[in-house]
Amino acid sequence: MNDQATPSAAERAEKLQGLGCSRKRVEDARFTQGKGNYIDDMKLPGMLFGDFVRSSYGHARITSINKDAALALPGVIAVLTAEDLKPLNLHYMPTLAGDVQAVLADEKVLFQNQEIAFVIAEDRYIAADAVELVEVDYEELPALVDAFKAMDADAPVLREDLEGKTEGAHGPRNHHNHIFYWEEGDKEGTEKAIAEADVVAEELITYPRCHPSPIETCGCVASMDKVSGKLTIWGTFQAPHAVRTVASLITNIAEHNIRIVSPDIGGGFGNKVGVYPGYICAAVASIVTGVPVKWIEDKIENLTATAFARDYHMTGRIAATKDGKITALDCHVIADHGAFDACADPTKFPAGFFSICTGSYDIPVAHCGVDGVYTNKAPGGVAYRCSFRVTEAAYMIERMIDVLARKLDVDPAELRSKNLIRKEQFPYTSALGWEYDSGDYQTAMDKALAAVDYKALRAEQAANRQAFTNGETRSLMGVGVAFFTEIVGAGPVKNCDILGLGMFDSCEIRIHPTGSAVARLGTISQGQGHATTFAQILATEIGLPAEDITVEEGDTDTAPYGLGTYGSRSTPVAGAAAAMAGRKIRAKAQMIAAYLLEVHDNDLEWDIDRFQVKGNPEQFKTMKELAFAAYNQAVPGIEPGLEAVSYYDPPNMTYPYGAYICVIDVDVDTGVVDVRRFYALDDCGTRINPMIIEGQVHGGLTEALAIAMGQEISYDKLGNVKGGSLMDYYLPTAVETPVWETDHTEVPSPHHPIGAKGVGESPNVGGVPAFSNAVNDAFAHLGLTHTQMPHDHWRVWKTAQSLGITG
Amino acid sequence: MSKIDVKMTVNGTEVEKAADPRTLLIHFLREELDITGPHIGCDTSHCGACTVDLDGKSVKSCTMFVGQANGAEVTTIEGISGDDGSLHVLQDAFREHHGLQCGFCTPGMITRAYRLLQENPDPTDEEIRFGIAGNLCRCTGYQNIVKAIRVAAQQLNSAQEAAE
Repeated sequence: MNDQATPSAAERAEKLQGLGCSRKRVEDARFTQGKGNYIDDMKLPGMLFGDFVRSSYGHARITSINKDAALALPGVIAVLTAEDLKPLNLHYMPTLAGDVQAVLADEKVLFQNQEIAFVIAEDRYIAADAVELVEVDYEELPALVDAFKAMDADAPVLREDLEGKTEGAHGPRNHHNHIFYWEEGDKEGTEKAIAEADVVAEELITYPRCHPSPIETCGCVASMDKVSGKLTIWGTFQAPHAVRTVASLITNIAEHNIRIVSPDIGGGFGNKVGVYPGYICAAVASIVTGVPVKWIEDKIENLTATAFARDYHMTGRIAATKDGKITALDCHVIADHGAFDACADPTKFPAGFFSICTGSYDIPVAHCGVDGVYTNKAPGGVAYRCSFRVTEAAYMIERMIDVLARKLDVDPAELRSKNLIRKEQFPYTSALGWEYDSGDYQTAMDKALAAVDYKALRAEQAANRQAFTNGETRSLMGVGVAFFTEIVGAGPVKNCDILGLGMFDSCEIRIHPTGSAVARLGTISQGQGHATTFAQILATEIGLPAEDITVEEGDTDTAPYGLGTYGSRSTPVAGAAAAMAGRKIRAKAQMIAAYLLEVHDNDLEWDIDRFQVKGNPEQFKTMKELAFAAYNQAVPGIEPGLEAVSYYDPPNMTYPYGAYICVIDVDVDTGVVDVRRFYALDDCGTRINPMIIEGQVHGGLTEALAIAMGQEISYDKLGNVKGGSLMDYYLPTAVETPVWETDHTEVPSPHHPIGAKGVGESPNVGGVPAFSNAVNDAFAHLGLTHTQMPHDHWRVWKTAQSLGITG
Repeated sequence: MSKIDVKMTVNGTEVEKAADPRTLLIHFLREELDITGPHIGCDTSHCGACTVDLDGKSVKSCTMFVGQANGAEVTTIEGISGDDGSLHVLQDAFREHHGLQCGFCTPGMITRAYRLLQENPDPTDEEIRFGIAGNLCRCTGYQNIVKAIRVAAQQLNSAQEAAE
């Protein structure tokens, strides 16, 4: 007989710390005590240190490399160049986008700070000295830095290795600097609708090149065990299994002889998705020397060589009736991919999910086209805290809606409400082919407008403008509204893969006899708190307390195959896998319970942490009891043990959304923008851990602030990178960061096992247009339709000056 | 390169070692003493991940030669918990109020807050924000860090009052 003093259902549920509670994070004990285990903390016996010689020029021919002085320095073991990698066929590596990238520059350099030679030395100081001693002679070539000039007839040839190749990974190349043209939608129908429209607004919207810049840079430790023949690489990998497969394909080392481990990662934001020359060089160096080799980039290398984001030049045209019903959208993009196409997108989507650019609006016909081009800039093209090219799309449409509102002379919030996809239209198929899973946009919009008292803000703004005209103030008020829809959780294997690997994810659970468990997943946390939240999902599914479930990720020798963490895919895909694996555990436990209680399976029902006999809840077996029974009872027809694995192929993407409102005051004489208020309403479906969701929103909004207000990696005409250190590249401090107001609605995803949609990236996607719309709005009454990001003090002042209002 | 003798007290323990004069304090702590709580983020004194407490001041240990710390009293994140192993109020408050995510800036951030609350035991939110402006965080948006420091200050002050 069971324990008579059974706690109440509410007490039992609370003990589980499952779905929906603000469980404190299990990761924090080690992080708050300085006991995290990041890559640079790792030390192995005999470990050497690698460092790069990098290009001084943006575009140049290498006429000679002299290693002699470097090799003569005591403590220097070797200096690798492309010539050393050629016999191994490793001087180029495949990129995630179907291109190749030079691991070490082969005769030519194509961007400043490109990797030319890899110095291996006894410690990082000697390596840095040796880098200075490697002599590289160059013959400078004209640099191409303006993406709009990339396909001019007389543009310099950047990629000599592609000479004569008229076909790229994504179709025809029609110029030597062309990578692909990709389009979606009804071009003819869109042109017709635009031609017939009452009103058409057109604008060039540039999303500047920026960089995710986590505080921890990229790095690895590679160790080739010559005895076992096994290569282990610990490093900053957002997708460890994919790295293992790529490593196997390019080195010809059998995949079972490669182990990839992601230790604690100090932030990723897309920066750590790619495979970089440093990883390859460290691995080669370890194979050559027989000892472990560490490579850690510094911040300048991080900002200038690994994984830029954005650099999209988007020309939008939006058509509407005179009473504000949108009739068509067209967008053409010049996409600056840098010197190698290393964008991290699913294979069939060279412009990511840019075709989500119809946004949250019911637009009957649309078309978009993207031309990818090569320039003398760093490769990358990662999704900086967003799903693939979704921030670019959301920024374009949210700016275009405001531009259209100016043209129609209507309030931007009103124009949005008039065109939002209505609740009853879900599931909604957009003009560009996406099936939006669920939403109640108008409710979210109305809640946001009410929360900030939008009408009062506009009245205050009208008074402010009058006061400005009267010379009573030098400050202009701006109100930015954004309503964004994300597309995350890539994705269904039928159309989403990276290098042929379907974008499913996985979870394996082992229940121990005493009723605790270990769960392993194919994802890897970089601050999202997976060890906390995945345990919550499982606690609710399997009825064991979250604190008794260990979550492990990031070791390819132990975790089931998965595609990793980026694009807000962990909750939608791996979270679903966890729930499904939990349900397999429960199904087996139910059979064991039926045997023990001597009833039929169907006579049992699940209740929080136990199976009980229907109509007789006194008769039950708890999950803890069933766990033990799985190991000590011979149940006829059932194997001992209690384990399950699930590989989850999502049937659709998920579509989180939100309504953001930003209020700013601009000092027109200094260009200083003061963020007075920022309200963010997010709907991410079922909420797993409200505390963590709120933290994710705070962080994403702060990154949006950084991008909108200051981040830019720009190049001068010679190809010199500007803004390549934290001296110039803007990371907001606590002083510039405002207080965030968060709010939510909760419309679950109908196709996700627990209804969750993902949230980490929404605030970046929605935040950038909200800030930018606010800055543009501050000057809208003076005739400004669009001014380019980032809205730093200088640019804002320039805008004020061009409008003739500076002092 | 001839080495110099370096002597300092780190987290209450006296250490004496020979080091290259150009060794940065952060590398000395991490590589020579295996104190890996302080991290390296930017190498240029901007991010504050390497913050340690040196003779009662917060310093960025990536911008200091080990020789400059000769004879100093150095405290890192590893040294701020109690002698009995109990966590510092700030360490608990950061966890309780979700003041960290990836954890990389956290040791520097807590070490800075530890000194800030000694410089100003009852700071306003604005003073906290100004006081931690030398420490960058990319994950949290600072809001919960500010909250954690504010709550920790209140707890430390209440404990102080109770003791008096």
